Amino acid sequence: MIDNHILAPVFIHLFSAVIQLIAWRKTITQRIVSIAGSSLGVLLAIRLLSRVHTDGILTLNAANWEAPFGIVFVADLLSATLVLLTSIAGLAVSFFSSTGLNRQRMLYGYFPIFHFLLMGLNGAFLTGDIFNLYVWFEVIIISSFVLMTLGGRKTQLEGAVKYMAMNILASTFFLTGIGILYGITGSLNMADLSLKIQQVQNQSLVGITACFFILGFGIKSAVFPLYYWLPSSYHTPPSAVAATFGGLLTKVGIYAMIRVFSLIFIPDEFTRNLLMTIAVLTIVIGSFGAVIKTNIRRLFSYLIVCHIGFMVGGIAMFTKVALMGTVFYLFHDIMVKTNMFLIAGLIRQLRGTMDMTKLGGLYAHYPKISLLFALVLFSLVGIPPLSGFWPKIYLFKAAFTLQQFAFVGALILGSLVTLYVIAKLWAEVFWKDSPSDVIVEDKFEPLPLFRKILLVLPICILCSVTLFIGLNAETIVQLVDKISDQLLDSTMYIEAVLGKQN
Amino acid sequence: MRSPILQSATKYLLPILLLFSFFLLLRGHYYPGGGFVGGLVASIAFVLHSFSNGTEATMRLLKRKPLSLIPVGLGISVMSVTLPLLFGLPPMTGLWFEQPIPVIGMIGSSLFFDLGVYLVVIGVVLTILFTISLDNNLDEKK
Repeated sequence: MIDNHILAPVFIHLFSAVIQLIAWRKTITQRIVSIAGSSLGVLLAIRLLSRVHTDGILTLNAANWEAPFGIVFVADLLSATLVLLTSIAGLAVSFFSSTGLNRQRMLYGYFPIFHFLLMGLNGAFLTGDIFNLYVWFEVIIISSFVLMTLGGRKTQLEGAVKYMAMNILASTFFLTGIGILYGITGSLNMADLSLKIQQVQNQSLVGITACFFILGFGIKSAVFPLYYWLPSSYHTPPSAVAATFGGLLTKVGIYAMIRVFSLIFIPDEFTRNLLMTIAVLTIVIGSFGAVIKTNIRRLFSYLIVCHIGFMVGGIAMFTKVALMGTVFYLFHDIMVKTNMFLIAGLIRQLRGTMDMTKLGGLYAHYPKISLLFALVLFSLVGIPPLSGFWPKIYLFKAAFTLQQFAFVGALILGSLVTLYVIAKLWAEVFWKDSPSDVIVEDKFEPLPLFRKILLVLPICILCSVTLFIGLNAETIVQLVDKISDQLLDSTMYIEAVLGKQN
Repeated sequence: MRSPILQSATKYLLPILLLFSFFLLLRGHYYPGGGFVGGLVASIAFVLHSFSNGTEATMRLLKRKPLSLIPVGLGISVMSVTLPLLFGLPPMTGLWFEQPIPVIGMIGSSLFFDLGVYLVVIGVVLTILFTISLDNNLDEKK
């Protein structure tokens, strides 16, 4: 069904960015516009999801060009839900960065670039054209370069160089893959590609092209052995920025993998084994990395890598149950990872450091905030009935059915290490007494109440969404069930874009 | 270094280059040209002026900071992209006036998109170049 308004969540961020550019250097106006724009974005995303839920897959032909010739935007349930989650995460970060960020960064255009980033993310989720997906990836990368280097400290530049080098490499692989794909099929529309790729004579060339996409998306989503840019760059920018990156950027890679492998390259035996090996190694490496780190944000960065492995493993199994687990985990991960980096930022405000050895006694000083943190950390670990628990059941079930015992082992290892690491973090940061030789530098206490609320509110918003996902798992499972049906049976997608096929 | 030959040549080249850039902008819908190239030519015109008369003189000529062109241009482009939504058409659809306008020809919303690009390109190029050259001038004075 054609709906001309599915790009509204993209345009709202574009509008906010333009207004903020007009109000250049007026940081208060920018903050208000940012929060207003993000709130509107959430409302528009809710509207989009409910329309997709009732009317089925919606499409939009940009500039009114018919489907395989022009650029199409497609909102199916997966895209619409991810747009909603992105908008919620964006709203939370808008709130947090309106006080948690120093003025210097705002003066140099933090907010407009942040909204360009959100625009790029929403665009990437909604596009139905593989080259257009590349363009949105570029929008995301360019904005994230600026956000990462804004402030210009030496460690930031160092992290940004690694980030930039790896991501440019990823884009090159991705673009080469698109070039070959266009060469062998003559189309860029994903629905059209899905039909045409089956008629290609030289199927081994198709397999090689798929490897280009695995490489490109693999670097972006930080899988083994292409992950190392992530832990060495995510601890450098301010926490508000790191939250957007940690929660959303790697997940776009996962989304692109799901989309490409469900529509264009249906995974064959080789691809499945390759993805499964990558997934197991990613989980193992990520969890080993997380065990030895003492800086909170570095620890979280390795946990991101570890949990990316869960989702890649789900894609590798490619059965209905596995995809349900993957998509559910994706939803849970976006909310929790964004929140964790915001929490790291708040801990820095409370104590002036993020090194676990120098922290302590937070529970004694701030019991309520600590309990809020505990909810998020428990969700991450997946203590039933919180949100991390449900997707893992599906992943385990799928892995046992397919007898992927290596993946079962990796899942258990990953979950145990997450539990161990979070327990260590809880003991070190919250329960242990503050080390006597450290001078505590509390920036939070002297703040006025309004700004305190602005710092804690986003964590509450994300935490309540996580709780909703966890405690209301029934609804989410029904949604995820429909999503995995749409993913496995691509005829619905193709018919929505190209009309009835005979 | 000020060269009188360059200065007097610039006096005539500046308007000619600007006219040429506008010509490229208008031509761009069906033929080679368009907002991006037009914007580059226009910014070259100003860069030439700053070479011959100094960056401060060009800043005075422009009256406003080139940075302020970026949001204006972006705003015009965004408007032209979203305008078709009001008529129930998909975004980016070209809306055209029915009658051609003398000299310019047919006018549609895509011209305004190009105009936006034109302004953004001028803004970006001049901001980058002026930032570098003003920094250099400060260094020389030190």
